[in-house]
Amino acid sequence: MKENEEQQELGQDLLPGWSALVVMLMIFGVLTVITLMTLLRGSDDHVDSTAEGRIAYGPEDFPELDFEMELLPHVQEAAEGKEAGVFTVPPPPFSEEYIFPCSECHADLEVNPERRELVDMHDDIVLNHGPAERWCLDCHNAADRDHLRLVNGTLVGFEESYKLCGQCHGTIFRDWREGIHGRRRGYWDGAKQYLLCAHCHNPHSPKFEAMKPLPPPVRPQFLRTAAEVEPEHAGATEEGHDQ
Amino acid sequence: MKTTDDRPKIDRRSFLAGGTAAMGAIAAGVTGASAGFIEDLLHKNFKEISPDRMQRIVREMEQEYTEKYGKNVTVSTKGAQQGVLFGYGLDLSRCIGCRRCVYGCVNENNQSRDPQIHWIRVLEMDKSKGINLEESNPYYNPETVPEEDSFYMPVACQQCRNAPCIKVCPVEATWQEADGIVVVDYDHCIGCRCCMSACPYGARHFNWAEPELAAESVNPDMHYLGNRPRPNGVVEKCTFCIQRVRNGKYPACVEICPVGARKFGNLLDEADEMRVLMRKKRVFVLKEDLNTQPKFYYFYAT
Repeated sequence: MKENEEQQELGQDLLPGWSALVVMLMIFGVLTVITLMTLLRGSDDHVDSTAEGRIAYGPEDFPELDFEMELLPHVQEAAEGKEAGVFTVPPPPFSEEYIFPCSECHADLEVNPERRELVDMHDDIVLNHGPAERWCLDCHNAADRDHLRLVNGTLVGFEESYKLCGQCHGTIFRDWREGIHGRRRGYWDGAKQYLLCAHCHNPHSPKFEAMKPLPPPVRPQFLRTAAEVEPEHAGATEEGHDQ
Repeated sequence: MKTTDDRPKIDRRSFLAGGTAAMGAIAAGVTGASAGFIEDLLHKNFKEISPDRMQRIVREMEQEYTEKYGKNVTVSTKGAQQGVLFGYGLDLSRCIGCRRCVYGCVNENNQSRDPQIHWIRVLEMDKSKGINLEESNPYYNPETVPEEDSFYMPVACQQCRNAPCIKVCPVEATWQEADGIVVVDYDHCIGCRCCMSACPYGARHFNWAEPELAAESVNPDMHYLGNRPRPNGVVEKCTFCIQRVRNGKYPACVEICPVGARKFGNLLDEADEMRVLMRKKRVFVLKEDLNTQPKFYYFYAT
């Protein structure tokens, strides 16, 4: 009898206690649940259901954008003639076609240098360019409206407006002259076309305007692979025929 | 006694050449395929093809594409110009993350539309964290860009001088041209994707399925090593628009960039805008510590 009891006690020592068993079962249970969850939720689980990057867009989806980027005719001609170092700019951007020459209207108008709210004409202009002291005639020439006026009194045409901008923005002007600032099109070893400051920056409100980005790339998990392409495609074309 | 000189000379090269020709003939006989098809299967690397043969291949290609897409397709094999080493500059202080470059590139280079392949990936980063690739986000899509606290870093092939992708290619299907452009011969690529895992910039892309490219979207100005349509199962990458730059033009992404953040030129020409840029601005390369020596320079102009 005594021997048996001793053996039982020995056996109880060797076997894990109830508490240990419960802990082990819990761990096992949690692991099973995690595994099942992972399997059930699939591979897309870490992507928010509203996340972008599911649809494949191409340049064809944006007909409003000019992807062909034709050069100005005289740049193309210069390039074909192998004339290197020809730099040209397209004509200055006026908000509306009829607006130039300015003297057509302004010749008969009285000069009013006062800061005021503009009515009837030029009311689309919002002046948001530097200090509050700036007004029209700091850049536009009062006597001859078809020109701009530098600080030293020199008149420059609208096609040379960069000289006016360069008075204050000297570092940017130097970068632009060397092709570091601003956009160029054409030939890296020959004729190119520059843009004027005013092509990208509205002189009255020069901060570059924010724009809508084109859509993001397709996430890898939504990328179609060879296996998927065939049946999906067949479906798509069938639908197309039905219509 | 006979001297060895009298025996017909067969070196390894001519033996192999004869062997392949014979194999081709046998295969043609067995399968009933045209000799041209077999020749195509066995044809050499772009670098080793004779000019005559190249001309013939290119003409066949042009014919095939012209029929397939209904456009007058030209496939150029124009080589590198003497004294030219292409370099690229990107002004991070200007980039607004509008992704015009991404789609301009697709429009120019005949990538597959679906499954989608983009050669340029624009990463959105937090201004307070600086350049942090781990936390960057390529899937941003707000109403308008740029966002207040973000800056944007477009990444494409960095055209490394010491390119890891070239070293790992088991079949020499990718190499660096004399003007520094790293190119892929799509007819030689076996699709093992070793180069993709070797590239630290994620710049190489694999055609997981037959590329989908509508006839009206095809750019008919093609280069053999550039934007000609790719077959299924090969790797492709940015070539600095080889079909454009070998003809003196700027790459498409340079021209379409609305903010003029992208610069391109010849690194061997003192007066070139790239050299001026590198003298005047502080430039850096991505993952400099890997010693890949890119020819793609990022800079902040302001």
